[in-house]
Amino acid sequence: MASSQIKSYTVNFGPQHPATHGVLRLVMELDGEIVERADPHIGLLHRGTEKLIENKTYLQAIPYFDRLDYVSPLCQEHAFVLAVEKLARIEVPIRAQYIRVLFSEITRILNHLLNVTTQGMDVGAMTPVLWGFEEREKLMEFYERATGARLHANYFRPGGVHQDLPDNLLEDISEFCESFPSFVSKLEGLLTENRIFKQRNVDIGVVSQDQALAWGFSGPMLRGSGIAWDLRKAQPYDVYERMNFDIPIGKNGDCYDRYLLRIEEMLQSIKIINQCIEEMPLGAVITDDRKYSPPLRSEMKQSMEALIHHFKLYTEGFHVPAGETYTAVEAPKGEFAVYLISDGSNRPYRCKIRAPGFAHLQSLDMMTRGHMVADAVAIIGTQDIVFGEIDR
Amino acid sequence: MVDGSSIGFWAGYAWPVILIVLKVLAIVVPLLLLVAYMTLAERKIMAAMQMRLGPNVVGPLGIWQAFADGLKMICKETIIPTGSNKVVFLAAPLITFVLATLGWAVVPFDAGLVLADINVGVLFLFAISSLGVYGIIMAGWASNSRYPFLGALRSAAQMVSYEVSMGFVIITVLLAVGSLNLSDIVESQRNIWFFIPLFPMFIIFFISTLAETNRHPFDLPEAESELVAGYQVEYSAMTFGLFFVGEYANMFLMSAFTTVLFLGGWLPPFDIEPFTWIPGYIWFFLKVAFLLFVFVWIRATLPRYRYDQLMRLGWKVFLPFSLLWVVITAGALIIFDWLPGA
Repeated sequence: MASSQIKSYTVNFGPQHPATHGVLRLVMELDGEIVERADPHIGLLHRGTEKLIENKTYLQAIPYFDRLDYVSPLCQEHAFVLAVEKLARIEVPIRAQYIRVLFSEITRILNHLLNVTTQGMDVGAMTPVLWGFEEREKLMEFYERATGARLHANYFRPGGVHQDLPDNLLEDISEFCESFPSFVSKLEGLLTENRIFKQRNVDIGVVSQDQALAWGFSGPMLRGSGIAWDLRKAQPYDVYERMNFDIPIGKNGDCYDRYLLRIEEMLQSIKIINQCIEEMPLGAVITDDRKYSPPLRSEMKQSMEALIHHFKLYTEGFHVPAGETYTAVEAPKGEFAVYLISDGSNRPYRCKIRAPGFAHLQSLDMMTRGHMVADAVAIIGTQDIVFGEIDR
Repeated sequence: MVDGSSIGFWAGYAWPVILIVLKVLAIVVPLLLLVAYMTLAERKIMAAMQMRLGPNVVGPLGIWQAFADGLKMICKETIIPTGSNKVVFLAAPLITFVLATLGWAVVPFDAGLVLADINVGVLFLFAISSLGVYGIIMAGWASNSRYPFLGALRSAAQMVSYEVSMGFVIITVLLAVGSLNLSDIVESQRNIWFFIPLFPMFIIFFISTLAETNRHPFDLPEAESELVAGYQVEYSAMTFGLFFVGEYANMFLMSAFTTVLFLGGWLPPFDIEPFTWIPGYIWFFLKVAFLLFVFVWIRATLPRYRYDQLMRLGWKVFLPFSLLWVVITAGALIIFDWLPGA
């Protein structure tokens, strides 16, 4: 009794695959073009960030957060500095809070522009991504003018931000905000109502509300399924409670809804940025508690105490009172959180990072099962995966 | 006896062969040059649409880029995968390339300017373009690799599906002309180019040529973001180069085919003074260039179809529609007694 068994066609999707957004290795079992199982393998970009942070002072840990999700660096710094501020009970000057919110929203636009346009690229449209990069370039120039770096900003500090904004930056940002909506409508002209784009995204990777909750989704992935949960509204941090903005939600929980939602979030971010620019007061940009923030250069020439503060801050670093905190921010990709344990020394005892992409990636099998190979690509795109944060 | 046979040999055999070879070279060499510059034109046009510069380093405006690319491909190492079937693996790009150039034998560039003015030109061209799929299937199978295999399967399905509706489109044109000779088809468009009375068929034919040449939005066999490069994955250096040149030469061929069937071949748009000054082959070239521009334009604009959507479009939309139009055209020709040569 010779029985022939049909074996499924196993394809090694990645890690060197243009559609895996980094180094995702996906072992896919195919029946023709239908995905029967998609098994994500992670760890190819693991750098031991959490362990490294345990051996650095609090100040030295900040640059690591830029390098997690390298598409939205400042939002992650935000989570870490908020956690430190919570443990050390540092008061943040109001101008610094505005600057942080302003740059968090610029970061959100940076991230969503990349995601929305590469979503187009994943389904075969080449032009949006190049248009989007033009706009991202402008935003990264704002980054550069404020922080000195285009990508890995290292700008936020426990107690504020590193330095004040240069002259005219706010004017230029507000000019950008005026022109950006017309760019978005041009971008949408290529994608939103395009029949092929809709055919490739509508009803692909549908996630119900229950599934979204059960798999630990957050951010646009959760809101795409119709759950209006946004940490900026639910647990406002910095000056978000003063901001007037809407939370867009999806209806069907498919890739197309999440695409539209991200487009709308960009426009809402513009709204927040405009409010920040209008309301931003003058004043200090970092706490004047010299145990946490360095003294002015000029002060150091005059005061012995200031010199000692400076020396201690940049050698030993500051000590954070013992305690633990789970501090989350609404990063562009979802709930990005830092679970920080301090033992009272100058280094974190433990710094657990909660990356939103990690929770999203685990659902890849659920979302792609029964779809075609081409849909799997669209789903990876809609999950907005960046391996820097997943592998950490 | 020596004299007699040698004159017979030269006049009856050698000279005609040399003449034909020269004619062939006169077609193929400019074609390959055009293909080289098509790649540059495509990159430049797409760059303009995407708000960037495109190639601009190799020579002024990057005009030597095409040759730099060609030279690079010739100089690189040809890697043959261990698990591949060597003969088929190497034959596949040759087939693609040869078939893409073969079709030009029957294409009329101007009145009388055609290598072989055969009576079944349309059938010949149709056969040649259909054979093109073999190159891709062989490449996918011989590579003995996963992605090329998937790409080859997609390609086979796709080409077969669109060939059918293309066949019906050609039938409508043939009904209106009454001849399978390409020159006759052009001549019969002297009063009106066929894309006006047969407009829907023109659109279907053009879309089908996109599918036939594996171009956007039907470039599933090589879909960058899904199958990486599909059937080309295992190819390197000039074996890849032949696929590449073949694909572009095929675009030229299908554009020329469309021009002959619907855009009046070498005929000027209006048969009056300033237009008739320009020689016919220039008109022919301009029309082909316009269609190629549309190819590039579409590539820069549209996303890619999914495999099943592409099949649905081919079998459930184009096929019934073109079949209906065959009936309508035939009916109209009979009712109004417009049948050619009747």
